[in-house]
Amino acid sequence: MRLLRYSLAATTIAALTACGGQTVSEAPTNTSYQDTLLTQLIDAKPGDVITIPEGTFYFDRGLSLTVDGVTIRGAGMDKTILSFKNQVQGAEGLLVTASDFTIENLAVEDSVGDAIKVNEGENIVFRNVRTEWTNGPDTKNGAYGLYPVQTTNVLIEGCVAIAAADAGIYVGQSKNVVVRNNRAEFNVAGIEIENTQGADVYNNVAANNTGGILVFNMPNLTQYGADVRVYDNKIYENNTKNFGHKGTPVASIPAGSGVVINSHDKIEIFNNDIRDNRTANIIVSSIYTSNYGDKGMEETFDPYPEQISIHGNSYTGGGNKPDGLELKALKTAMFGLKGKLPDVLWDGYINEDLESAQICIQDDVEVLNADMPGNNKNPRVETEPFACKIEPLPAISLASAG
Amino acid sequence: MRVWVLLAAFMMASCGAKTVSPTFHAVENPESLSVWGIIHVSQGKLQLGEGVLPYALNTPLFTDYAHKLRTIWMPEGTAQYREDDILDFPVGTVISKTFYYPSSEGEIVLKDKGLQSVTAKAGLKLSEYRLIETRLLVRRAQGWEPLSYIWNAEETEAKLTRIGAIVKMSLADGDTLTPFNYAVPNINQCAGCHAPNNTTRVLSPIGPKARHLNGDYTYADGTMNQLDKLIAAGYLNDAPVERPRSAIWNDNVETVNARSRAYLDVNCAHCHNPVGPADTSGLHLNPENQSAPHLGVCKNAVAAGSGTGGRKYDIAPGAPENSILLYRMKTRDPGAMMPELGRSLTHVEGAELIDAWIAGMDEVCE
Repeated sequence: MRLLRYSLAATTIAALTACGGQTVSEAPTNTSYQDTLLTQLIDAKPGDVITIPEGTFYFDRGLSLTVDGVTIRGAGMDKTILSFKNQVQGAEGLLVTASDFTIENLAVEDSVGDAIKVNEGENIVFRNVRTEWTNGPDTKNGAYGLYPVQTTNVLIEGCVAIAAADAGIYVGQSKNVVVRNNRAEFNVAGIEIENTQGADVYNNVAANNTGGILVFNMPNLTQYGADVRVYDNKIYENNTKNFGHKGTPVASIPAGSGVVINSHDKIEIFNNDIRDNRTANIIVSSIYTSNYGDKGMEETFDPYPEQISIHGNSYTGGGNKPDGLELKALKTAMFGLKGKLPDVLWDGYINEDLESAQICIQDDVEVLNADMPGNNKNPRVETEPFACKIEPLPAISLASAG
Repeated sequence: MRVWVLLAAFMMASCGAKTVSPTFHAVENPESLSVWGIIHVSQGKLQLGEGVLPYALNTPLFTDYAHKLRTIWMPEGTAQYREDDILDFPVGTVISKTFYYPSSEGEIVLKDKGLQSVTAKAGLKLSEYRLIETRLLVRRAQGWEPLSYIWNAEETEAKLTRIGAIVKMSLADGDTLTPFNYAVPNINQCAGCHAPNNTTRVLSPIGPKARHLNGDYTYADGTMNQLDKLIAAGYLNDAPVERPRSAIWNDNVETVNARSRAYLDVNCAHCHNPVGPADTSGLHLNPENQSAPHLGVCKNAVAAGSGTGGRKYDIAPGAPENSILLYRMKTRDPGAMMPELGRSLTHVEGAELIDAWIAGMDEVCE
């Protein structure tokens, strides 16, 4: 407590010093605006627009909204800043349990847990929102920036997500989703789509994360994912050291991963500009490779990625400096000190009962089968198993995305 | 006139505490707690209103070692018995929960594992206790509504708050002093626990289920089973002879498994159930769940973030020190701890129970 008070005082002094004698800005200990916004969130009625003015506002508790049909609007993602630097309570900056929710033109900084979580709801829009941990990549940062989960009809556009210790933009267990025109940087996972049915992820920049764009399927959850299209994205230099928490699924992502597909079915990866991801530009794997226990899985879970279609992407560089001793050794042994791993890395797990194509790659790239099922004894470059074609997935139709 | 006043004062002093009758407010939310008449301060004691029945749960929710005085009152009608759910209370029911601590100087409150029964006869002596807040759940025509009242420093009245508060205190446990931020929830946060179905989001009480109430309580006129007392008071229609009963978490007569499941039921299952806000995690800690992966056995985290504490499984059988569940129970980091709301201190004794429970499991994950 003494430490906390001390740091509060120090921050206050810093803030006061910084703004000198000019307009009085909110000191971190001043929670007057916190009370105002809390009251607005409590009093909100469907159809309300809660406008937050320009300025930096400090909060020591998490905010929550439980009313449908509310819009929260700031003056711009670099002008209206909600800072949770001094948060002592609440697992999120803002927790929303409501439908028909829009949040736009503001930033949430330095929340102790997730920045903005929407837990179950329909018609959710995040627009021009920035979530950031201002100290940069750090294991102590909150897990997710933008975090809709169990939501339907979700639009995330024009947002910026920086330095989340798990995923900057994370869409979990949702339906009918568009993620476009966003920038995700310096997160463990830039953009992660998990157990989601129907998502279009396009025109995003995913750079300087540990992994750029992830499409994951996890066991024991309310729904399994399918029909995810990842296209027209710039996915480059996702080489930041993994700073995720041990025990989280993303902690097993090697630094330098461009696109990672894990145990997910029906995915189309196309027309992306993928470059300079030092482990591999694309990784396709099973949950067995991501350190997941067999016994903790529901029997109904399908651990294999299936009906994966990869085509029309451009690849530059990458694979030259894989993360982890095993991959480094593998690279040196197979491709030499100056060589590089192929653009696509596959762990080699095959569904013996497969009824449809597993992985089809139309791009002119090599695939390294890492032979994880055989304990890496027979890693090999393959092309033949991937010479197949899958019908394109349908586009998402989402009213809010126009 | 003066004689009357003196006489009235004399009468009150001579016949003890004055009688206060509770009132159901169907629409308005009084600014002062005393307006409800559920509990009030008189002669240095916290007293119950007329007909207000105190109760306890076999295993309670942990809230920073706060003691809790729980009461039920209803103006008319009776609750209907339900076996596995909250008793079906009639419109007009007011349930209260007052959070208080044995107090010392200034911000210091005392850790005390014993919980004093507060009866209609012997109220809570305020010289020895610090009152923090009183929460009401009011059953109105449209459903349950939550209200929070914060006690003033003089302990004479509690005032309605909608935005909650952080109350800074220090918990004294022997020579150890632990500062903590006690959080009075804002109205929206009430739904964080009291809407156990995150789809319907209907607010309801959590505690007054038959299994939690099925135990003895020492009333002013003697000890009695709480469900029988509710029936005798005319507050409950009936209850079958065979009633479910959840374990008392710290009563060693019961098995560690029964006590642990009861503890997880009350402390976790309002979110961690198959339709709760935490169904996103796949971890279901409701007593009905018998699926090992959904109970967390050998189950990896989904979206725990820093909550993993670097550990691999929710429950690593035989290895509490490797179990995420226990890490999240013990940590005080608001971004990682469980429950997310309702505590800022670690429930050491609760964690010891869950530690023993996990230590006694013998499955092998790998």
